[in-house]
Amino acid sequence: MTELSAHLPQFQHGQLTENFPDTHLSNTNDNSERRRHDNSERRRNDNAESETNGQPQNNVQRVVEQDEEEDEELTLKYGAKHVIMLFVPVTLCMVVVVATIKSVSFYTRKDGQLIYTPFTEETETVGQRALNSILNAAIMISVIIVMTILLVVLYKYRCYKVIHGWLIISSLLLLFFFSFIYLGEVFKTYNVAMDYITVALMIWNFGVVGMICIHWKGPLRLQQAYLIMISALMALVFIKYLPEWTAWLILAVISVYDLVAVLCPKGPLRMLVETAQERNETLFPALIYSSTMVWLVNMAEEDPEAQRKSKNSTYNKQALASQTQNEDAEADDGGFSQEWQQQRDNRIGPIESTPESRAAVQALPSNSQTSEDPEERGVKLGLGDFIFYSVLVGKASATASGDWNTTLACFVAILIGLCLTLLLLAIFKKALPALPISITFGLVFYFATDNLVQPFMDQLAFHQFYI
Amino acid sequence: PAFGLFIFTIARDPLRIIILIAGAFFWLVSLLLSSLIWFIAVKASDPQDERLQKGLLIFGVMFSVLLQEAFRFLYYKLLRKAIEGLVALSEDGCSPISIQQMAYVAGVGFGLMSGAFSMINLLADALGPGTVGIHGDSQLYFLTSAFMTMVLIFLHTFWGILFFHGCEHRRWWEIAAVVIMHLIVSGSSFCNPLYVGSLVPSYLLMAAAAAWAYLLSGGSAQNLRRFLLCKC
Repeated sequence: MTELSAHLPQFQHGQLTENFPDTHLSNTNDNSERRRHDNSERRRNDNAESETNGQPQNNVQRVVEQDEEEDEELTLKYGAKHVIMLFVPVTLCMVVVVATIKSVSFYTRKDGQLIYTPFTEETETVGQRALNSILNAAIMISVIIVMTILLVVLYKYRCYKVIHGWLIISSLLLLFFFSFIYLGEVFKTYNVAMDYITVALMIWNFGVVGMICIHWKGPLRLQQAYLIMISALMALVFIKYLPEWTAWLILAVISVYDLVAVLCPKGPLRMLVETAQERNETLFPALIYSSTMVWLVNMAEEDPEAQRKSKNSTYNKQALASQTQNEDAEADDGGFSQEWQQQRDNRIGPIESTPESRAAVQALPSNSQTSEDPEERGVKLGLGDFIFYSVLVGKASATASGDWNTTLACFVAILIGLCLTLLLLAIFKKALPALPISITFGLVFYFATDNLVQPFMDQLAFHQFYI
Repeated sequence: PAFGLFIFTIARDPLRIIILIAGAFFWLVSLLLSSLIWFIAVKASDPQDERLQKGLLIFGVMFSVLLQEAFRFLYYKLLRKAIEGLVALSEDGCSPISIQQMAYVAGVGFGLMSGAFSMINLLADALGPGTVGIHGDSQLYFLTSAFMTMVLIFLHTFWGILFFHGCEHRRWWEIAAVVIMHLIVSGSSFCNPLYVGSLVPSYLLMAAAAAWAYLLSGGSAQNLRRFLLCKC
């Protein structure tokens, strides 16, 4: 989204000097140690000539070059590790969604539609259906765009309290209400008898711990787990309440919007990231999944933003007003931006923010920066990304004739898209949208597998041929 | 077993996982293209003619095999380029992963994907109620499918190693051997449900390919004996 290279030094140094003088020192110590170590190696390799006056200068130059090279090497070397760090949660989220869809029939029953998609798809003619779905998608996208712009405006004018409250309400609704529904449906499916008191206790505990973890401090794994659960819940809601063609259209348009919003100079998400960087603040930790912990001293300030980001849209048919607000908040954060920060001292890995529309992008509350491992760099992915990937895979498993084949194909396609996006991130080192490539692959593979591969495999299995 | 292979040998190293997923992706693309061709052929022909349909299916299978091998080759090319990149990036001048490891992982990727696509709908249906072979088909359907899938997965793994080795050392006959083996295995599956015609040759070929790949990877009878003896 933003031009990171210029802003990064200020951003990082600013943060570090303000908050973590110790960290900074330890980092520099480690760095200088490493430089010295490498330096000595090189000297040894140079067949130890006697040190002349020229040599110290050469060493200094070499140190500088080495640093840059090492920077890049280390970055790309940790690339594989980071990719896996993102693979695992995305996979987990998708697995949860697919498992639920397959077992709990509630999420595949058509119980009506969201207020945002007023046009029904049960029409007589194909043309009418197509038109309706296009209108639905258009309405949804415009809602998202409006929300995004609203959020950017709020952020620019420092209306943190509004955003704060917005996010808290969304988190509350999501954590309590949706999980209650989910739990109820799971119990119904497996015919488990449960009394209200136990349920109330469980939901209360779950919700409160979730709020604390997401908006305040908590163990990293728990935070990540909660974010994954939230994304899965949101994706399930989407899958249930969006009619078929609308869902696919929305997915396609969202990727385009993401691309535009993150990369265009006037895009809302890009402006968001730039503003955040100018103010030396973390970018909406609430809506971002991060793979490392980054502790920030001034968490109180970041929390409001994070919370704003996280709570978006509870898609409830009844609570329209609050939902509208929530959705907007989330839509803003959408634009997946991946910022790859190169500084050694900086532990914050690429940040991806996702479009707001993904309702419950739980803010990953201020990732904590630990000072032990200077080489630990986290990768950040916006929660909206999680949600939309899961929506794609969930829809594939729910409505495809090819069933598991299609699901598997979409899954692999999305993972490959994620790989490519991270590769691009490593190359370009700026915020990038994470949706377009993966969603494109996913969509292509879904339609191709469903229509082309499925008949082929069916015939093969029937005759028991093997390819 | 394939899943066990995955857990023990691949899950540790993130780079291998990426290569695995990419391998699966390439297999998937090849499947996609081959089914596209088949689909076009079917649409362009008479749907009522049974023999023709079966013939088209056979043609589709052969074509798919060829495409799979072609994609294996493409994947090999990509991995070669990637190795150069990795070497340039690593600190000590040698790649963190060797081409043989890549060959192995790529083979497993292909195999897993092919196995998954062959088996998974079967498994899902197997969970539900029903009787096997009620219409006069073989009752061993599930069992043979499982064994056939397993042998295919292993074969893909070994073929991956052999193929990459052949490409590395420019031994075209190795590559041709892999392709021919693949064709034979697929062709033998046309004998189904006469299972003895398909399973037995496949297993024999797998044993042969396993031995060959083992030798190529630097093993020998001595290594094998030492390994077995040391363990117990």
